[in-house]
Amino acid sequence: MAPLIELTAVSKSYGGVPALTDVSLTVEPGAVHAILGENGAGKSTLMKLLAGVIAPETGTIAIDGQVQRFATPRDAARCGIVCMFQELSLMPHLSVGDNMLIGDGGAALALIRRGSRRAARAVLDRVGGQHIAMATRIADLPLADRQLVEIAKAIGRKPRLLILDEATSALTAERVETVFAVIRALRDAGCAVLFISHRMYEIDAVADRISIFRNGRHIETFAAGTRSHDAMISLMIGQSLKELFPPRRDPPPVSTPPILSVRDLRWAPHLNGVDLDVRPGEIVGLGGLDGQGQQHLMHAIFGILRRTSGTVTLEGKTLTDLTPGRAKTRRIGLALVPEDRKTEGLILDMTIADNLRLAGLSRKPFGLANATDATDAAIAKLIERLGLTYGRLSDPVKTLSGGNQQKVVLAKWLALGPRCLLLMDPTRGIDVKTKAQIYRLLQDLAGEGLAIVLQSTDYEELIHLCHRINVFYKGRVVRELSGAEATPDALIAASLNVSAEAA
Amino acid sequence: MSSLAPGASRPRLSGLRIDPSVALVVAGCVVIVLGAGMVSPGVLSLGYLLQQLQIAAIVGILATGAMLVILLGQIDLSVPLTITGTAIVSTSLAGSGNPLLETLAIPAGLLGGTLIGTINGLGVAIFRIPAMVWTLAVNAMLLGMTVFYTGGFKPHGAPPPLAVLMAHGRFAGIPNAFLLWLLVGAATTFMLKRTVFGTYIYAMGQSQRALFLAGAPIGRTTVAVFALAGFLSSLGGLLLTGYANQAYQGMGDAYLMPVIAAVVIGGTSILGGSGTYLGTFVGALFMTLLSSILSLLQMPDAARQIIFGGIILGMLLVHRSRRAA
Amino acid sequence: MIWLRRHARLAISVVLLAVLFALYIAIHPRGMSVYVMTIWSNQGALLALAALAQFFVVLVRGIDLSVGPVVALTNVAASYLVSGSGLQVAFGALAVLVVGAACGFANGAAVVYGRVPPIVATLASGSIYSGLALLLRPTPGGTIDDAVSDAVTYDLFKVPTSLILIVLVVLLLAIPLRRTRFGLSLYAIGSARDAAVMTGIRVPAVTLASYAIGGFFAALAGLYISMVTLTGDPNIGPAYTLNSIAAVVIGGVALSGGVGSPLGAVLGAFTLKTISALMFFSGLPPLAQPFFEGAILAIAIVLGALGMLRVRSRLERFA
Repeated sequence: MAPLIELTAVSKSYGGVPALTDVSLTVEPGAVHAILGENGAGKSTLMKLLAGVIAPETGTIAIDGQVQRFATPRDAARCGIVCMFQELSLMPHLSVGDNMLIGDGGAALALIRRGSRRAARAVLDRVGGQHIAMATRIADLPLADRQLVEIAKAIGRKPRLLILDEATSALTAERVETVFAVIRALRDAGCAVLFISHRMYEIDAVADRISIFRNGRHIETFAAGTRSHDAMISLMIGQSLKELFPPRRDPPPVSTPPILSVRDLRWAPHLNGVDLDVRPGEIVGLGGLDGQGQQHLMHAIFGILRRTSGTVTLEGKTLTDLTPGRAKTRRIGLALVPEDRKTEGLILDMTIADNLRLAGLSRKPFGLANATDATDAAIAKLIERLGLTYGRLSDPVKTLSGGNQQKVVLAKWLALGPRCLLLMDPTRGIDVKTKAQIYRLLQDLAGEGLAIVLQSTDYEELIHLCHRINVFYKGRVVRELSGAEATPDALIAASLNVSAEAA
Repeated sequence: MSSLAPGASRPRLSGLRIDPSVALVVAGCVVIVLGAGMVSPGVLSLGYLLQQLQIAAIVGILATGAMLVILLGQIDLSVPLTITGTAIVSTSLAGSGNPLLETLAIPAGLLGGTLIGTINGLGVAIFRIPAMVWTLAVNAMLLGMTVFYTGGFKPHGAPPPLAVLMAHGRFAGIPNAFLLWLLVGAATTFMLKRTVFGTYIYAMGQSQRALFLAGAPIGRTTVAVFALAGFLSSLGGLLLTGYANQAYQGMGDAYLMPVIAAVVIGGTSILGGSGTYLGTFVGALFMTLLSSILSLLQMPDAARQIIFGGIILGMLLVHRSRRAA
Repeated sequence: MIWLRRHARLAISVVLLAVLFALYIAIHPRGMSVYVMTIWSNQGALLALAALAQFFVVLVRGIDLSVGPVVALTNVAASYLVSGSGLQVAFGALAVLVVGAACGFANGAAVVYGRVPPIVATLASGSIYSGLALLLRPTPGGTIDDAVSDAVTYDLFKVPTSLILIVLVVLLLAIPLRRTRFGLSLYAIGSARDAAVMTGIRVPAVTLASYAIGGFFAALAGLYISMVTLTGDPNIGPAYTLNSIAAVVIGGVALSGGVGSPLGAVLGAFTLKTISALMFFSGLPPLAQPFFEGAILAIAIVLGALGMLRVRSRLERFA
């Protein structure tokens, strides 16, 4: 069959850092084509190129054999390419219906007809969104429903190529199955689907062909079912899992009293009675589908959420009226590496040095920013320990690669000498080499007696790094996995809140 | 690891490289002075230029306060009535005939400005009201208070002698007002570059979220910045009172736009988070020179406004396109 | 239920205005009469049109500090153009509206293509527009066609014509804004610019159009002022800029974009005007009235922001 889309020798870089290098790829109609790769492998850059958000520096994109140059997503949509970017394609203040209809290609000043609304409703029903009212504002929907709307919005535009980027990361098992049925039907009708996911079970369920990307390069494409999971993972990370993850240290003895204890923590509707214990020297994982309360638990512990109920105790002392400012004091010693490095972890236009010192500034003698104190010495040591690569410390932090940026965030907090470190998806979007360094660092820190809570969307990370994994579902810990129980299948089953056999 | 020590800090002039936005404004100053000098040679005299520094000090001190607020990504529209209010309070006290009240004239004026700034800051910090809206409401209330107090007539009283001395006096031939501005500028530069507070100001303008998660006191910093800005507005107001030898209704109105323009032309981003004090300094000089020379050339008010707007827009477009390039 | 939650803000605005209006009529020495209604409505309509000008710019996450100057410029232009034969008056009025739309378009171009932040772009352009107004007419004066003025500033079947016109404008705007892709695009850009781009909306063109529509409404305000005052006055601008911002805020239009409606902006404008009219007849000493006007404005703003105290995630305060 003639390819629908053909990329030839496409390259793209951001500020000198290559994101895609010499990529050639064909996408055929009537097939679900999975793109597999680590974060930072170039998947999202590939999507943006196809969707017309960015243009390639070299190489060409041909559709039906015709070379196309997209200036805007509008151009791409005209060629039948529709992309569902995770949480990036919905307008929060608009209703579900308006969101679905606004980009459907109708005339700008013509009235949106009832027929279009009915059609949109039908699409939403088809993907399993019967319970979502068309008049609800997106901002008022939970994450899982937003994902359904995004999928419906994309499908409603009748694509020839549908690009789904982590489209189902918050959906429960039966919802995922409904969506997959729709995707298969689209495929059978001749539509090409590019499916991005890092969940192997989803790939198994829906993909016909699989392409592996690593470090911005297209490594290999093969038919689904011809490679084992381990082989695919090795292709993705360029080494075996054993090499990526350092051997796990023994957990601290069970008799060790926990440093951090959470009891019956509630913050409706996201947290519905969470218990958690973390011992010094222990790495405790938080897993589950997206948006099941893991992030809120981290925020609650660090004093970001107001009016929580339940208790958080540190070394037996109950913490009350916590704010991030108080949580980071020497007396308490909590540190939080937030989810979004670029907007929450760093101040991108400020220098590397300023970012490194930001958390410790409140400890500066006389309020002088350049007065030296103990944290400066600690930062200097940490730069060495983390192997931070940089030009000058007076360069803006945004000039660093993703991995080095994350090292800055880590160093900023570690310099304060915390007793309990809260990490939110700390390896999202960073290269394998840095990942391995961060994994080793976390193991070492735990070995030195630091208590670590690791929330992650990466199952392998949870399984290979954590002593115990708490699996969240609807604001509760539904399972705790430790030791030999912690297998990918068990983790997936617990996340979907089904027994292991059913998954 | 010496590079972590002093200096590796914030947007600043790195080494001897000149900030291009400052260079552009300086060039603008030179062009208008030389241009006007050709038409009216008196412009090139030392006396005229020193007088410009004297006037520029008022704009400059006001612009210092405005810059601090703009660095947060906010804007203070209560500047006009902070000026007028300060002037009315201090002239009333200074002209009261009671020696105790007379000595309190200047402290009371400054305290009033600081208080107004604090109220501005509290609204922004607690209710997260955009400062543009909240300071507008505060300005309206202040306007009402001054109208009520003066009864719509020209306020009675006398300018505090110290304010007159600062505004008109000279020290070693240099206007006192300019020396005061230099002092304010030096203190502000030190604060912005060398203190934790200064770092917080820049960081807040770029990402309050990240700064909050780094455990910094966002609310307190916001209130402090607005209070300081209020203080500086009243300081500028006192200088204006001394310069004009009186207080009058509406005396602050003419300063709002030029002050904001001075800050923005000097390269401070209206979105917050970047800008140097040197930029604001030359921006204030530029705005003062432009306005003085347009009136010297006896431009009608209409033409002045058009030229004003055109030049500001032109310089902003140059700034932008250069940054985008 | 969803409807009520979604329109709660609007419902509050309606109730607030109704209460204020009832109070106003109650204390007005002449009570309810067509004359009183007409004066009230005309005053409200002037600000309502300016508030609509501000609304369209704020909706796409901008701010227009040149609303007042454009009102002044078009008011002055009307004092030259809107007189003579019927045809001349018609073309004159059209020309005035074109001037306003052109001013708005220029603002939009500076913002979209010049990439100058709206607040400073319109600060500078406002200076130019008010300079032009002064140049055209240094002191108030000029003539306006009496017949047209009478037709739009009195009443029709005992209902103030201005009120009818404003209701008509609100109704005419409601459908295109909420039921066409263009209208929804305005909300989309204000709500999430990046998502709007991804959705295939022509963000630069739509933004530009929104600024031009804003200018058009500022011109409508300028034109209508000339009908009420029968002169062109270059100095009326400043109050309209600030009050138009206050009006949209009171009317529930978010300065961060994407939220609000023309009805809200209009209600906000009438609320503001009713408050000052109320002050006039309130028995408060005249000199104390401006303060209370300011205080009520402040209270209204704080009330609108009370929701912030209920936010349970501190991080959301910095969204």
